[in-house]
Amino acid sequence: MGPNSAFAAVALPHLDAAHNLARWLTGSAEEAEDVVQEAMVRALTYFPGFRGDNARAWILQIVRNAAYAALKARAQRKAVPLAEDAEDGGAPPLADPGDDPERALIRTRERKRLDTLLDRLPVELREALVLRELEEMSYRDIARVTGTPIGTVMSRLWRARRMLLRAAGKGMAP
Amino acid sequence: MSDPDCGQAMLLQAEFDGELDAAQSVALAAHRETCARCREDWAALAATRAALTADATYHAAPAALRRSLEARLGAASPPTPRRAWRLPWRELASFGVGAALAASLVLAVRPANDGGVVAALVDDHVRSLQPGHLTDVISTDRHTVKPWFDGKLDFAPPVKDLAAQGYPLVGGRLDYLGGRPVAALAYQHGKHPINLFIWPERAGAEAPVDTARNGYNVLHWSADGMSLWAVSDLEQDELAEFERDWRAAP
Repeated sequence: MGPNSAFAAVALPHLDAAHNLARWLTGSAEEAEDVVQEAMVRALTYFPGFRGDNARAWILQIVRNAAYAALKARAQRKAVPLAEDAEDGGAPPLADPGDDPERALIRTRERKRLDTLLDRLPVELREALVLRELEEMSYRDIARVTGTPIGTVMSRLWRARRMLLRAAGKGMAP
Repeated sequence: MSDPDCGQAMLLQAEFDGELDAAQSVALAAHRETCARCREDWAALAATRAALTADATYHAAPAALRRSLEARLGAASPPTPRRAWRLPWRELASFGVGAALAASLVLAVRPANDGGVVAALVDDHVRSLQPGHLTDVISTDRHTVKPWFDGKLDFAPPVKDLAAQGYPLVGGRLDYLGGRPVAALAYQHGKHPINLFIWPERAGAEAPVDTARNGYNVLHWSADGMSLWAVSDLEQDELAEFERDWRAAP
């Protein structure tokens, strides 16, 4: 038993969450594994400074930073579109008038296209939704992982859900 | 269909996500009873959750990744990765994950004495060899590298030109060790990269150290109030020569 076993006991229970986030952020199985490996090495280095509270948020924060570094490196090879910042003037309705996006979402489920829709969301909206709906994290923890204020987390979640519904609506047969 | 914005959307979403306390929930409930917009939004929130939790793929860690991490972190005596010994720089740079693996194995076998710093340095050295990690500022000119650190560190690291002695400067990098920022200078000697880590000496002089970690040699010396640590796959006597040249250089 050494310092590494202590680290393993803290970090490894969150390996699935780490990989899930890395995979959803990078969109690549290969890159996700590299990101997780890199993040674990980094986390091990930072471990002496770990205060012991909320290991999952701590690990995911490091994974998230490693994933963004990988995305940045990739962007230098190929330009990727970045999402514009928060919309002004309050929250627009989730559902669009005129179509029936909820039905469309259900049909989307049948077509198994949901992963594709989620993949197409801007990365900061995608990560908010993955952390909230797949990891069931609190706003506070999402704010910690993403390094953003809670208000930003809330508006990103709203926009993410709205974009997902709208994208599902566009996928509807006429 | 298009109701006016009732102004409660963020609150409604927070309620949906279980973020409201009882008093806030009660206050919102009174509004929701009469608000068509809230009713629609709630249904839409529920639809996205149902779709995501039922059909979005949860990418659990592959078994092989878990096993390899468990072996690296848990095993008492992991095998030493002799493959990493003396690999040429280019080859090592494309070694990627393997290099990271070597680094954590180094941590696993280190002795207690001063192992923390040495292991962290070797770890950092190995990580720096991965593609794109060696330098933040790429320059062979110390007059470019030295000012680059201004404002990034609370000390001015000595940057010396050792090209004439056979150690051309490749660039500089900002690193974090033990929770504080340190300067890392990348030099090259033949095919071999040398990382020179620099930070201000703490109270009480540190004894010189020369150690080997898993194929990487670490040499420590102090000069002008700075603590310097050279890490490389060069032999220890070659590293000592680097130190002599560094000390002699202006």
